[in-house]
Amino acid sequence: MEEKFILDFKETLEIQNQEISGETRFRDLENWDSLSFLSILAMIDEEYNVIIEGNDFQKLVTINDLISEIKKKQV
Amino acid sequence: MSTLKFNGVGIRALAACVPARVIRNLTYTDHFRPEEISQVIEKIGVIERRFADDAICSSDLCYEAASKILLENAIDPKEIDALLFVSQTPDYRMPATSIILQNRLGLRIDTIAFDINLGCSGFIYGLAVAFSLMGNSGIRKILLLNGETRSRVYSSKDRQAAFLFGDAGSAALIDRSESFGESFFSLNSDGSKEDYIKVMAGGSRYPTSLQTMTERVVDENGNIRSDEHGFMRGGDVFTFVIKAVPADINRILNFAETDIKSIDYYILHQANKFINDHLIRKLKLEQEKVPSTIHKFGNTSSVSIPLTIVSELKNMAKGKKLLLSGFGVGMSWGSCIINLDKLLISELVEL
Repeated sequence: MEEKFILDFKETLEIQNQEISGETRFRDLENWDSLSFLSILAMIDEEYNVIIEGNDFQKLVTINDLISEIKKKQV
Repeated sequence: MSTLKFNGVGIRALAACVPARVIRNLTYTDHFRPEEISQVIEKIGVIERRFADDAICSSDLCYEAASKILLENAIDPKEIDALLFVSQTPDYRMPATSIILQNRLGLRIDTIAFDINLGCSGFIYGLAVAFSLMGNSGIRKILLLNGETRSRVYSSKDRQAAFLFGDAGSAALIDRSESFGESFFSLNSDGSKEDYIKVMAGGSRYPTSLQTMTERVVDENGNIRSDEHGFMRGGDVFTFVIKAVPADINRILNFAETDIKSIDYYILHQANKFINDHLIRKLKLEQEKVPSTIHKFGNTSSVSIPLTIVSELKNMAKGKKLLLSGFGVGMSWGSCIINLDKLLISELVEL
């Protein structure tokens, strides 16, 4: 799932020239803002059928955190 | 379980009024540079909206819409037995604006008149209350008025809300006829989310003072507002809506024992393009069955549903089955399925 998620993530934020890996701290990305946050929430709902609440999202730091949160909620 | 069912009641005529003053979002304020906000505008999909001039209140917009309905359809004002005014931007703190409108519209003094203080869910709630009153044979016709001047509620220096809201008023004439058939409502409230969308100051809990009127920077993005301005927690509203609204729409379809295919049009509250597009994809609705006015009128709170019907369905309404869904401040949300029968829609009025 990690590979697909990174692709979805890059596509959503239209990231072309930046390396994204599981360890990437997404808030440190150059153009990360409140709109990126909403877009990622929407993408996760659409692609993975999981809704992450704002409070839970606050605690997530890396791409891997996002992936494990999705896995946790899909169970 | 708060589901309601009615028979033989419906909307006979519908009109809406918007201020003539057009606000183009890209040039709305000098506080932000166009390149700073073009992304926000694209996301929320509000290209322009209407702002009422200082002298125009919510009731004025509703008065124009209501007068148009009465005049165009030759309705005797004496036949109106109740007037409901739904708004969170009333003319005064008291008396209720509905009562002022009773007099202004020339309705009898034995008319039932009261205000309903709800936002984006307000058209669905207003319809449910009006349809319920119609269950009493003593009530002949009801005027349901929705009016908002949200342009005055939000700070123009707060990106989260500055570019979203517009002003408008609508009037719906509720009448009885066998040919309306059955209608179905689902209504909900969740006060644990009272601070998702809120104006803190100006009520009893936190009265207006010099302090509440002082503007300040409220977040790391440099947004500026006072406690007299409305605020919105965009992310929380979004996650709430994409969870609650599809569930409620499925609930009303089940309750009405109908399926998504048998609905001719879905009229969603015009929250913003981002939320509404997501709902459409999530519910797998056909785009052409979901008319939209967010690009030209913005979010007009409880007026957005009737305004969208007036603006987009004028010659396409006859005999159609509609699913309406309103959701927002409260949080308060609801859906209904209604038949339009021979709905008379007036041309949009500008004031």
